[in-house]
Amino acid sequence: MSQLLKSPKSSWLTSPTTRALGALVIVFVIGLIFNADGAFLKWGTHRDMLRAVSVYGLLACGMTLVIITGGIDLSVGSILGISAVSFSLFCIHFSWPFYIAIIVCLLIGLACGAASGLIISRFNIQPFIATLAMMVFARGLAKWISGGQKISTAVQQADGTYEYVPEPAVFNFINSKILWDNISVVTVIFLVCLLITAILLAKLRLGRYLYAIGGNEEAARLSGVPVNAIKVLAYAMSGLFCAVAGICQASQELQGDPEAGFTYELSAIAMVVIGGTTLRGGRGGIGLTLLGVLIIGYLEKILSINAVGEDKRLMLTGAIIVGAVLLQKTKK
Amino acid sequence: MASPLDQNATSCLLNMQNIFKSFGSVDVLMDVNFDLYPGEVHILAGENGAGKSTLIKILGGVYTDGSGSMVVNDKEVDFKSVQDATSAGISIIHQELSLIGPLSVWENIFLGKEKSSYQWLDKSHMVDYSRKILEKFDLDINPKRAVDEFSIGIQQMIEIAKALAFNARIIVMDEPTSALTEPEVKKLFKIIEQLKEQGCGIVYITHKMEEIYSIADRITVLRDGQYIGTETAENLPSEKLIQWMVGRELDQQFPRHAPHVGDTGLQVTDLFVPGTATNPAPRVNHVSFSVKAGEILGIAGLQGSGNSELLNGIFGTYGKSAKGSIKIDGAEYIPDSPAASIQRGLALLTNDRKTNGLVMDLNIIENATLASLPAYSRRLWLKPAAESKAAKDITKSLRLKAESLYQYVDALSGGNQQKVVMAKWILTHPKVLLLDEPTRGVDIGAKHEIYELMNQWTKDGIAIVLITSEMPELLAMSDRIIVMHRGQVTAEFDRDNATQEKILTAALGERKTA
Ligand SMILES: Nc1ncnc2c1ncn2[C@@H]1O[C@H](COP(=O)(O)OP(=O)(O)OP(=O)(O)O)[C@@H](O)[C@H]1O
Ligand SMILES: [Mg+2]
Repeated sequence: MSQLLKSPKSSWLTSPTTRALGALVIVFVIGLIFNADGAFLKWGTHRDMLRAVSVYGLLACGMTLVIITGGIDLSVGSILGISAVSFSLFCIHFSWPFYIAIIVCLLIGLACGAASGLIISRFNIQPFIATLAMMVFARGLAKWISGGQKISTAVQQADGTYEYVPEPAVFNFINSKILWDNISVVTVIFLVCLLITAILLAKLRLGRYLYAIGGNEEAARLSGVPVNAIKVLAYAMSGLFCAVAGICQASQELQGDPEAGFTYELSAIAMVVIGGTTLRGGRGGIGLTLLGVLIIGYLEKILSINAVGEDKRLMLTGAIIVGAVLLQKTKK
Repeated sequence: MASPLDQNATSCLLNMQNIFKSFGSVDVLMDVNFDLYPGEVHILAGENGAGKSTLIKILGGVYTDGSGSMVVNDKEVDFKSVQDATSAGISIIHQELSLIGPLSVWENIFLGKEKSSYQWLDKSHMVDYSRKILEKFDLDINPKRAVDEFSIGIQQMIEIAKALAFNARIIVMDEPTSALTEPEVKKLFKIIEQLKEQGCGIVYITHKMEEIYSIADRITVLRDGQYIGTETAENLPSEKLIQWMVGRELDQQFPRHAPHVGDTGLQVTDLFVPGTATNPAPRVNHVSFSVKAGEILGIAGLQGSGNSELLNGIFGTYGKSAKGSIKIDGAEYIPDSPAASIQRGLALLTNDRKTNGLVMDLNIIENATLASLPAYSRRLWLKPAAESKAAKDITKSLRLKAESLYQYVDALSGGNQQKVVMAKWILTHPKVLLLDEPTRGVDIGAKHEIYELMNQWTKDGIAIVLITSEMPELLAMSDRIIVMHRGQVTAEFDRDNATQEKILTAALGERKTA
């Protein structure tokens, strides 16, 4: 111990928000430098990036809730798949009114998530295992509902021929851009869900309980927090956001693919963690997740407008994820 | 401040001079001096948040960003890590237990010091060695069992054994007895005597006055991060010591509780808590008792007596596995969950704030209101203003010392953390308050305040059940005392005929009713 090293870590410098913002700024600057002949400077590029990350971002909203409780949800991609398939089936084959189709899809997602939550809290099973099981089960369910086929506007008739039915209006609406083509509807949906999550975490009692459970489950239980119910709710919310994501995905692809959402859980987890929410639970927030979503979104966009091949893109993304997380970690 | 010991004959083991340390912009240690000679027990005293643990962590290489000079065995040192301190012969028992719950006892004892031939761990040797160390403390436990299977008192003994396992010469004990009962404390003191004879120097931190005067050679006092002074124990009688610590004179230590006895507040009939998988003997074996509103019932008992488990059983911690019936204000109630108990007006302050009292990732306000959150919300929505007002008022009345109420509780000193837990339970406005070691790690000024608050609460008609390992506290505060041994009640005393000896005899298992 030689001289007084006034530790420069006043809280805002070390806060995860500052760091995630820093990482985002770095990525943004890289974009300004490698702007692909000005493509990065056009709003359309940013709008398309936002559109591309919206579905992932929806999954990341639910994932944030679950991770804050100290859990994890591996089933998000599969629940998205079920929802995409059911939504297409209801709208294209059954010609249900769009609002009924949406409500039923949301209920399916909610039920899947709640089922994971129940298994975790009732039987005290590790979230990793329980949601892994749900991931496999839900993918199977998606294939069963769809008969293993993509549900598209080419509908098979009784005599085996295909006939094209018109695209449901709700698909076209969700897939459109509003405000003079300046923003995609899916992005608006994502932002609304983000806002709901933010309110839930910061303003509602439920949010406080989520943090308390992630921080110290036993202390929370002994303080009268209904731990099991809250956990079920967290996974149910995650399922609900997956259903929303599935509806968006189906509309964007104009079909319900039973394989939709395959490996999306990894992207969602990466977005949450890069934002700075710890996998240990108890700390973090939705604002951080938004930053994580933007960091990954911009990265992918910059690489793609610069025509970097997929092979290099994947390798670079992997390296950059490690870099971003290291930046979060510097000193305790 | 001359050392009482033969300074010229023995050279100093440790000398810390002009130590400064701050957290961000908050100065926690300002120009502190501390030295230690072989064969002495040097008490480090001061109120909660005075900086005692911080000083110790600098010595132990936990904090490496302090300033000042530190000489160990005549060598200037600059520890960069805990390993550096360990290899300089320093061993520390930290205030908050640092054992790793799921690991076995021997793995904890040898953590970071594993014996191996090549890369293979020499397990049988380490297990045997651990057993030998534990025997020194008469701890008859299997070193292969996981640490978290044991009660907090046993864990504290394991932590002590761990610190003494590797022949350190400078041994620091930061409130080592906060979860120990009388017999273990005696054992510890005997071991401390042996260590002194072997020429070790011991730094000892405690808030218990009787401990200070039974082992102290010298005493150093800190107040608000300032160095107040060092004196031999003979030259620093308790009134003066208190004045050094608190900065003012403090009247009588225990305001004897004045009973305000009303109707029966809590009645417990035939409570039974089954044993665990590893220890099948019932933890609480058909216990019945009652407490009146406004009364304080003390429950005495040694490690493993089941007194903590009794309180947890009443509170519903064990869910449906605890059997028995309880009545609160005459209303029958089956204790099956903490949430239901809180609604009925029960509150349980557990004896282990770190594992089940506090949520370290929440701030002071959020911890304080955690058990009464519905009162601070409108339907689903939180009312932050009401919350912070309630927290502000209650922490003020408990004289909590914190930079801001928005700081995480893990940045608080141990005693102040205890006050946050206390605040949480008072905010539930309980009818029956179950207190398991409420003054654990709390400084004497604040203890005094807690005793007065207990008086106030009983005046308001709250029934209190009190477990404490501090005999003077038990005797002064309880209106009645029941004693437990192996899950059963072995004696009951009125405040007037209770004595330390009688209680200990009953706690050791001899049955008699007075
Ligand atoms: N990690 C931290 N960040 C910020 N402040 C801290 C941190 N750790 C301790 N402090 C502050 O430093 C001061 C001294 O704390 P310390 O733990 O040394 O007190 P103490 O004398 O050991 O008290 P106690 O008897 O309650 O254990 C307290 O005011 C505490 O709030
Ligand atoms: Mg301390």
